[in-house]
Amino acid sequence: MTAVQPHLPILLILVPLFAALFTAFMRSGNAAWGLTLVASWVLPVIAVSMLLEVIGSGQPIVYELGNWEAPFGIVYRVDTLGAFVAVLVTVIGAVAMPFARLSVACEIDAHVQSWYYTMYLLCLTGLLGITMTGDAFNAFVFLEISSLATYAMIAMGQHRRALVAAYQYLIMGTIGATLYVIGVGLLYVMTGSLNFYDIADRLATMPPEQLPSVITAVGFLVVGVSLKLALFPMHVWLPNAYAYAPSFGTVFLAGTATKVAVYLLIRLLFSVFGVVIDLDDLPILEILIVASVAAMFIASISAVFETNAKRMLAYSSVAQVGYITLGIGLANQSGLTGALVHVFNHGIIKTALFMGLGIAAYRIGTCRMTDLSGIGRTMPLTMGALVLAGLGLIGVPGTAGFVSKWYLVVGAVEQGWWWLAFLIVLSSLIAIVYIGRLTEVIFFREPTGAAAEAKDPPWSMLAPMLVLVLATVYFGFDTSWSAGIAATAATELLGGIK
Amino acid sequence: MEQLEAFATHYNYFITIFLMVAGLYIVIARGNLIKKLVGLSLFQTSIYLLYLTPAKIIGGTPPIYDPAYATYSNPLPHVLILTAIVVGVATLALGLALVVRIHEAYGTVEEDDIISKDGQL
Repeated sequence: MTAVQPHLPILLILVPLFAALFTAFMRSGNAAWGLTLVASWVLPVIAVSMLLEVIGSGQPIVYELGNWEAPFGIVYRVDTLGAFVAVLVTVIGAVAMPFARLSVACEIDAHVQSWYYTMYLLCLTGLLGITMTGDAFNAFVFLEISSLATYAMIAMGQHRRALVAAYQYLIMGTIGATLYVIGVGLLYVMTGSLNFYDIADRLATMPPEQLPSVITAVGFLVVGVSLKLALFPMHVWLPNAYAYAPSFGTVFLAGTATKVAVYLLIRLLFSVFGVVIDLDDLPILEILIVASVAAMFIASISAVFETNAKRMLAYSSVAQVGYITLGIGLANQSGLTGALVHVFNHGIIKTALFMGLGIAAYRIGTCRMTDLSGIGRTMPLTMGALVLAGLGLIGVPGTAGFVSKWYLVVGAVEQGWWWLAFLIVLSSLIAIVYIGRLTEVIFFREPTGAAAEAKDPPWSMLAPMLVLVLATVYFGFDTSWSAGIAATAATELLGGIK
Repeated sequence: MEQLEAFATHYNYFITIFLMVAGLYIVIARGNLIKKLVGLSLFQTSIYLLYLTPAKIIGGTPPIYDPAYATYSNPLPHVLILTAIVVGVATLALGLALVVRIHEAYGTVEEDDIISKDGQL
């Protein structure tokens, strides 16, 4: 173990990358699934051991690729935040893999199943790369690796609309990534460096008359990343992409993809620009708060009127991203802790919810509300767990969702913004409406059609979902792990800013 | 006169901005899925120019160490753009592949026709 220990950051990326290489050459979907399972289960071990090391030593892990030191070579730098997000991504990947086999076997053509796992592994590579890297351009490359794999994953959906959804996402995602590169280019011209921390150091000694170019770069970077994380009103790609992607794709992406983009936004705002520019001088945080509140209300209301359950939860994802960016916009200890812990909590809750719908799609082949009516009576375990996860989404006390919203409310009150605390609670009430509507449809109506014959799925599908739902409840009571680490990361981030 | 001079000495940047905005305009304004990809490609290509322009030093040589030369161009942006070109090609290829599939499924590559065939997306 000690020989491997210093190389953990790069292993986290190489394991899924090479697994992807092998699965691409496999003909059998089950063999590809087996290899993907092994890779997905190795990754959390790596990520957790890095997190323990970072927390134990209080120092970030620095890994120099090819032994080229900081500003010259690409350096991976893992701090509490990076390791925290990496743990989330790898754990969701690991838990979702047993679910994947039957779901993929049922929804994807046999001859492209192994390629589907390849896409998943490449997406995982890109997402983990973003959490590890300390280099702005390297982050762009990983962003595009994960995005390109995601487009392909979405396009493999059963309905032809999946193709259009993937195309729309490709256009929006590429515009976002290109805006990000423009921002990185401007920063490089101004500072001569691509390393996040080196850029921050060099910006600190920059004469004030050069700052306008840097502020332009801030604009490009924030808008580019916001497109990727589906900040309202740049979210239009998300509902279709999540609704028409194959179930396993949605399960994995909903819990991880936007969360990693959030990570990148936090990294840029607090580790790079926050060090130099007084964030209160620029209206970024205000814009984030306004967009977040709009997301919380408008996306939630769109969810209420949605007739496809999968699309409904996708709109709810836009709203939940709103809570996360709201916490970033508050930029105080409680607010940022709330944002980070919600990244984690929403990751597990939404993954569990989409798994529930994935199981419904496995049994009855659709997620339309009308087809789901009464399915709770024939699939009590699955749908009971779905409702429990839904309670977590609303933020009922005793679930993980309550913890993150509590921190957000405290953060708003600390800022002296009682109205904002009120809006957070009010928007949660809209979540009661759409989760309530889903509950009403699946439990209080007579089962019809396929739903009447459905039954709970095999344990390989049910167990991952139950694990996540139990985690939702567990992290509602014991917050030392989730909120504790989030608070440490928030302190680290806020400690550096001006 | 001053503005003219600024334009004459910085024309690369003006071309960059023109390409950037023209590409983005095509993506937004055109309904044809292939034309959108052309616009997207133009938008991405403009970035290459944005990176390469400041990397070229007037009178600079390629960065191969030799006592006869003192001024070198910066090689790093060129390397970055090589990577960006690969990313751009991959994106365009995937986009075109999707358009082929969309054409097979819908029989058209016009956005309006696709929406009218499936109702509101």
